Amino acid sequence: MEVPILKQQHYLIATVQAALTDADLTHLRDALVERVGEFRSHAVIVDVTALDVMDSFASRTLRDLAYMIRLRGAETVIVGIQPEVAFAMVQLGLNLEGVATALDLEEGLAFLNHKGKSRGAGSNLSRN
Amino acid sequence: MVVVVKSNVSPRFKSQQDTEFTAALLRELVAHLRQNRTQLRQEWARRIQEAQLLTAMSEEEIFAEATSVYDNYVEAVETGTFEALQAYARNLSERVIPRGVETDEVVGIVLLLRDVLARSLFAKYQDDFDKLNSILDAYEPAANRIANTVAVGFVQERERIIREQQEAIRELSTPVLQVRERLLILPIIGAIDPHRARQLTEQLLRAIRTNRAKVVVIDITGVAAMNSVVASHLVQTVEASRLLGAMVIVTGLSPEIAQTLVTIGVDLGKMHTVGDLQGGIEEAERLLGYKVISIVEEAPQA
Repeated sequence: MEVPILKQQHYLIATVQAALTDADLTHLRDALVERVGEFRSHAVIVDVTALDVMDSFASRTLRDLAYMIRLRGAETVIVGIQPEVAFAMVQLGLNLEGVATALDLEEGLAFLNHKGKSRGAGSNLSRN
Repeated sequence: MVVVVKSNVSPRFKSQQDTEFTAALLRELVAHLRQNRTQLRQEWARRIQEAQLLTAMSEEEIFAEATSVYDNYVEAVETGTFEALQAYARNLSERVIPRGVETDEVVGIVLLLRDVLARSLFAKYQDDFDKLNSILDAYEPAANRIANTVAVGFVQERERIIREQQEAIRELSTPVLQVRERLLILPIIGAIDPHRARQLTEQLLRAIRTNRAKVVVIDITGVAAMNSVVASHLVQTVEASRLLGAMVIVTGLSPEIAQTLVTIGVDLGKMHTVGDLQGGIEEAERLLGYKVISIVEEAPQA
């Protein structure tokens, strides 16, 4: 099942609608990394609210996606991880290290807007 | 009247005649116990004190309890039903457990009563050995069952209390409180075991989502000690919260805990720690863009 990628001003938003196979995931990763350059986007938001399972392949692919996007000069925010999924992930040692996360799409946009603003103002606020 | 005898029934109920015989013996036994009530009861209370059981209770209390236990005991022997005794045992347990009476004491006093009564039977029937034998045949099973009922009642009551307390601790143990818009605090008090750690994490994650929290302050001032298992649970909680987009500040690490964590080499690098709860809340407010301003200077106090 293909994940639709929407362009919203400077951001690309990919909303996962249903469980994804490994092939779908790699496809999503490649498509986003491709388009982020094509549209000269500042950031990518991946919404995983619909996922009630996140296995090691999925979280590694998302982490790789974020690293690749960063190398392409943009930001990535993963939003909408369910509490149960988050707990299961850390128990498996999958903690998406170095990847920004937010509660939901709204929060993810707020985070990016805030970041863009502070960057525009010349401040060097860094994410930990 | 024809009586069918089955081979697999217990010897006590071999036939109607036997049953009647046993019933007659029990009646005789009960009559004996009623007649000597005062004396046997005193003897029992004396033996209890001699054995230094029920030290948490006064002499009068022991005598009063002994009287009602005795009466219930005799009634159970007479009727062969144990419901009343069971209810009484439960009631007694409810009253004496909070005063620190132990299981061995309760079992001890019931066995003492059994002993006192058996001795009185010996004394009464010592000239007629056959009679003594059959009386004991009737008495022993009843006495055993009574001892069993009382002991089980006591243990069940204790277990019920333990379960209730565990439940209470569990409910009390994980309050997740919102102190500002988007700021939660989670004060942890007492020992953390894996079960509690899991419950704590789940509750916190759910609260983060419902309150749309951005910052969480976990205060562990009330945690006395921490081992590597608990520490890694804490790290997991911090990571899971981050996945939901909330930042965790841990406060109140005691010098002992800090030392332990450094010694066992737990990686707390991902954790944002602040000295105390006040500092943690101030830091959280700073992160959320709040500023607390004192207005005291403008209004001079009397």
